[in-house]
Amino acid sequence: MRRQALAGGHTAGAHPAQRARPPLRARLAALVRCDARLYQVVFLALLLGTGVLLRDFSLQPAQVALTFAAGIATQLFWVRRLGLSGVGVLSALITCFGLSVLLRADSLWVHPLAAAACLSAKFVLRVNGKHLFNPGNLGVVLGVLLLPGAWVSPGQWGSDLLIACWVIALGGAVAGRARSINLSLAFLAFFLGAYALRIVWLGQSWSVFAHLLQNGALLMFAFFMISDPMTAPNRNATRLLYAACVAALAFVWQFGLFMQNGPIWALFLCAPLVPLFDRLWPGERPVWRREAATARALRPGPAR
Amino acid sequence: MRRKFLTAAVAASLVAASGAAQAFCGFYVGKADASLFNEASKVVMVRDGDRTVVNMLNDYQGAPTEFALVVPVPVVLQKEDVKTPLRAVFDRIDAYSAPRLAEYYDPNPCHPQYPRSMAAPAAAQKSIGRAMAEDRAEALGVRVEAQYTVGPYDIVILSAEQSDGLETWLHENGYRIPAGAAQALAPYIRQGMKFFVAKVNLEEHAKSGANFLAPLQFSFRSEKFMLPIRLGMINARGPQDLVLWVLSRKGRVETTNYRTVKLPANVNLPPYVKFDKDHSFARFYSAMFDEQAKREDYRVVFTEYFWDMSWCDPCAANPLSAQELANLGVEGLRGDTRRGARVMLTRLHVRYTPETFPEDLVFQETGDRHNWQTRYVLRHPAKFDLEDCPNRAHAERYLAQLRHRREREAQTLATLTGWDVDAIRDKASSAPDEAAQPIAPGAPQGAADSPLARLWRWLQDDGAQP
Repeated sequence: MRRQALAGGHTAGAHPAQRARPPLRARLAALVRCDARLYQVVFLALLLGTGVLLRDFSLQPAQVALTFAAGIATQLFWVRRLGLSGVGVLSALITCFGLSVLLRADSLWVHPLAAAACLSAKFVLRVNGKHLFNPGNLGVVLGVLLLPGAWVSPGQWGSDLLIACWVIALGGAVAGRARSINLSLAFLAFFLGAYALRIVWLGQSWSVFAHLLQNGALLMFAFFMISDPMTAPNRNATRLLYAACVAALAFVWQFGLFMQNGPIWALFLCAPLVPLFDRLWPGERPVWRREAATARALRPGPAR
Repeated sequence: MRRKFLTAAVAASLVAASGAAQAFCGFYVGKADASLFNEASKVVMVRDGDRTVVNMLNDYQGAPTEFALVVPVPVVLQKEDVKTPLRAVFDRIDAYSAPRLAEYYDPNPCHPQYPRSMAAPAAAQKSIGRAMAEDRAEALGVRVEAQYTVGPYDIVILSAEQSDGLETWLHENGYRIPAGAAQALAPYIRQGMKFFVAKVNLEEHAKSGANFLAPLQFSFRSEKFMLPIRLGMINARGPQDLVLWVLSRKGRVETTNYRTVKLPANVNLPPYVKFDKDHSFARFYSAMFDEQAKREDYRVVFTEYFWDMSWCDPCAANPLSAQELANLGVEGLRGDTRRGARVMLTRLHVRYTPETFPEDLVFQETGDRHNWQTRYVLRHPAKFDLEDCPNRAHAERYLAQLRHRREREAQTLATLTGWDVDAIRDKASSAPDEAAQPIAPGAPQGAADSPLARLWRWLQDDGAQP
């Protein structure tokens, strides 16, 4: 299954659900099986729901509604304007969930503005047929950088082991389907490894390590931002290098410069390395499975 | 302590009698100040760009000779960086930001009234063998970076290479620090931090004639926006309290390595809380904080207050004057804060244990400028005679609603404090102005805190307190 999704652009047309035109129910089941982003949407919805119910997220319902309205409208606008086919709103939904979960604001206009800006950037800022920045990541950075009254609360998740386990388990499943579990795990290994070394060097107790490990914000970043195959290098080996770069910068940002949200800023600053890595070490461009199938059936145009 | 609270409450009542607060349809009647929490450390921080000022209040009760304070600081502090602020300013900032109780009176349902304009504004209110000592310090890997006397304190700024050496140096120089401090000191030494060490200069202390130790203030420039709490946990028995006020320019301050949550607030409490001794507002707040801290397993930082310091509503005490803020280390205020630069105050309250707070507190200033406070509301029922009521149907509806409301208030109080709900019902129904309307036994059991109730509140409200 994962192997098929991995080579989506080439094997999708041979999928039985496409060829034999089975009943709607079977087609829906096939859709659910083959697009990793559906799992991501469900998982992020659970995450947002849990946060609102069990945690003080300081998030207003209107902010969530406006994020989704602006995000989906922006996605549809660009799809129509560029005449793209086979492009749905799934990725826009993921971006909107990401923004709702991570970005905080004391006004109503920050969220929709950030959603519109980052989803527009996805269609405008493209190199080699891939967008440059992960939209959720860009939205958070733009919000904090340019809009007054916006911030990110990295400590809002708390350290409940139980929640962290859920995030790891479910996030792992999602990232696995999105073929990028290696990127998530590599980032976590580098970042947590460096943190462990720091603890040994400082002579701190290991409960400090457990404290960071149980931080939902870090795991959310690892499984939903850096793991986006569309904004990661194409080759497996260069992905490891990329994960190392992001982890190193995030670590220096947070523990050398004493600034907050290291991973988010590091991913934003390292994004321009991706086209460079792809040029130096070319590889096969990833395509979401469902889009690949539709694009192939209709015309060999740009997938997204 | 108790007497202090009562005095405060009485003083506040006198203030309330002289007028009502502007833009607030009720009277401020009491507050629960930090003195409720025994042995709470009190710290006022000022953060402006990379400048940090830390004011520490000493509640030290023992003999001055026994007192020693060791605080890790990022840079070497010079004499002009260390001051002794006024102790009274701590009481002022505590009073200004204290959790507050507000009360309202239901309008008489027999004579419905149209909203009136709000009430009028409130009239609220060293020297033997110095060379030898230096040699010894060098042998221990300790370096005296600076040394001076400020107010009643002898202050030394140290840097060290080894935690054992530092511990030995401190012991040899007469600082009473707890045994086993080396392990806690090590991480700070590795990070290249310096140590601000203070002990009482007995001569200066005697000259001042004060029977308490003056607060200490030090300022420095550093990107690090944190408060070292780990050193204070050596030999700690049980949970410790810290009340922290942070003055900043941009917005609310929160911790980035621990959850920062707002305490449950802005709920209706049974009106008897105003008079009852066992269930007084001070006891309510204390019990509520105990219960919430326990429920969060001592793992969170609570926000108790966040407000633009140029005003308050309702006012537990007047905002601090420019002089008082300057005393705490706020710079760049010209005259009246109302016209000058804005100062935002965040009041955080932490109850921590060594296990649940393995790291020092790290903060960030958010862009949040929504004023928020721990305010609790008493709604007194209207007094009327049903027999003489010209609008009887309306009055009966009111009474039915009142029964439901009183049960909700009792449930809220029980949920927040962990108190027995039957005892609350008894007290509520026997309270003087409540005797007329006993609580209906079949009233809804709307416990305030189920996830669904939270979701419903989140959807209804502005989302500030899900």
